[in-house]
Amino acid sequence: MDYHWNWAVFGEQSPDGVNTYWQMLVSGLGWTLAAALAGWLMALVLGALAGVARTLPQRPLRMAAGAYVELFRNVPLLVQMFLWFFVVPELLPRAAGDWLKALPQAPFVTAVVCLGFFTSARVAVQVAAGIEALAGGQLQAALALGLDRPQAYRHVLLPLALRIVLPPLTSEFLNIIKNSSVALTIGLMELTASARAIQEFSFQVFEAYTAATMLYVLVNLAVTAGMQAVERRLALPGTLGTPGAR
Amino acid sequence: MDFDFDVIARSWRTVLLTGMAFTLQLTVLAMAGGVVLGTLLALARLSGWRPLALLAAAYVNLVRAVPLVLVIFWFYFLVPYLAAWAIGAEEPVRVGAFWSALITFTLFQAAYYCEIMRGGIQSIPRGQLHAAQALGLRYWQCMGHVVLPQALRNMLPVLLTQTIVLFQDVSLVYVLSVPDFVGAAARVAQRDGRLVEMYSFVAVVYFAMCCALSMLVRRLRRARGQG
Repeated sequence: MDYHWNWAVFGEQSPDGVNTYWQMLVSGLGWTLAAALAGWLMALVLGALAGVARTLPQRPLRMAAGAYVELFRNVPLLVQMFLWFFVVPELLPRAAGDWLKALPQAPFVTAVVCLGFFTSARVAVQVAAGIEALAGGQLQAALALGLDRPQAYRHVLLPLALRIVLPPLTSEFLNIIKNSSVALTIGLMELTASARAIQEFSFQVFEAYTAATMLYVLVNLAVTAGMQAVERRLALPGTLGTPGAR
Repeated sequence: MDFDFDVIARSWRTVLLTGMAFTLQLTVLAMAGGVVLGTLLALARLSGWRPLALLAAAYVNLVRAVPLVLVIFWFYFLVPYLAAWAIGAEEPVRVGAFWSALITFTLFQAAYYCEIMRGGIQSIPRGQLHAAQALGLRYWQCMGHVVLPQALRNMLPVLLTQTIVLFQDVSLVYVLSVPDFVGAAARVAQRDGRLVEMYSFVAVVYFAMCCALSMLVRRLRRARGQG
């Protein structure tokens, strides 16, 4: 049983006649990062809002945020992808649906929206946990200083909570990069899809997937290293996270 | 838009019987295999023999850095070659989609279960191990009779939560055109041109099942005073 290894395949022209296989891989990496970053921005904003709502004294708001989290956590990502791509355009008014389907980058837009909502539910859980970890004292102190509740959240609770939950947020960011590969099912040519295309055109299965794997690992290492630097900079003075504070 | 309940009424039995049965089978088997393999990996990571610990750590970190979809493709092509190599065949062995998927999910989930079990083992007070050793038990007896049962018990809610994730992740075998729950529903959807109805149906079923499961896990946690 032998397999013909050919690493030179990446220098060859792909069937589109313009790019080499290597360029295809790099363009796939670009789509992966673009989808992950755009989805991440959306997830942070929505997740922070839902996370804050889960800690408010108003019961209806807390329940709405809880339902939001349950909704996006209990349906598989692939199914959510299909819902956004195939179902939502049909449920919208006809003109809006047609406009959506005709967008030149419809898979990309759909993937960002889907990943954004999906990840925001996870971010919300982390943010709520971070705020709860601050106990009541910080909020009471802020209110006693004359801040109103929105100000207390903006100037005191959120800056502290976000720094506490930075490590779990890092793993959510790594997850969104990996999860963007699910968008290949709706036609986004991200990294995994590019590797599969190379494998289908060139039959060099192992080279294609090895290269993609190495790129994912490199991105992973880069993100982890970057976030560690951020964590060190933002560590709360006086906590176990700061060096020399023990 | 007119929602056609009829297509669901016509197909839900077959979709559940073929599709959901496949999904559940794969979930349960991959969980069992993943927990066993993950526990072995955790023991390897905690082993005093450094090469073994490093090898296990490298495996776990590699698997966790790569998206599941890519791993599914990897094994779909790798397993036939490995099987051919193992039995010395000339050609790649044709391994069915079910076995290929089962091997993929077992090996993939093992990395995640490994980290859970490692946490569980590390949460056991050192005195338990010393006491077991003092009673004259060997390493495997200490682990098998004293440490692992307690670790498993402590980690049960987390293991179950990870299994819910696995149950959802199994939907990704769709990329191999396997008739799992999503795959079976997608076939009906495309045949009858009823994507909206079938995908909504799939979402509702998954939602109901995962909600019920996570409620169960929450109850278990509360009953044990783990939050």
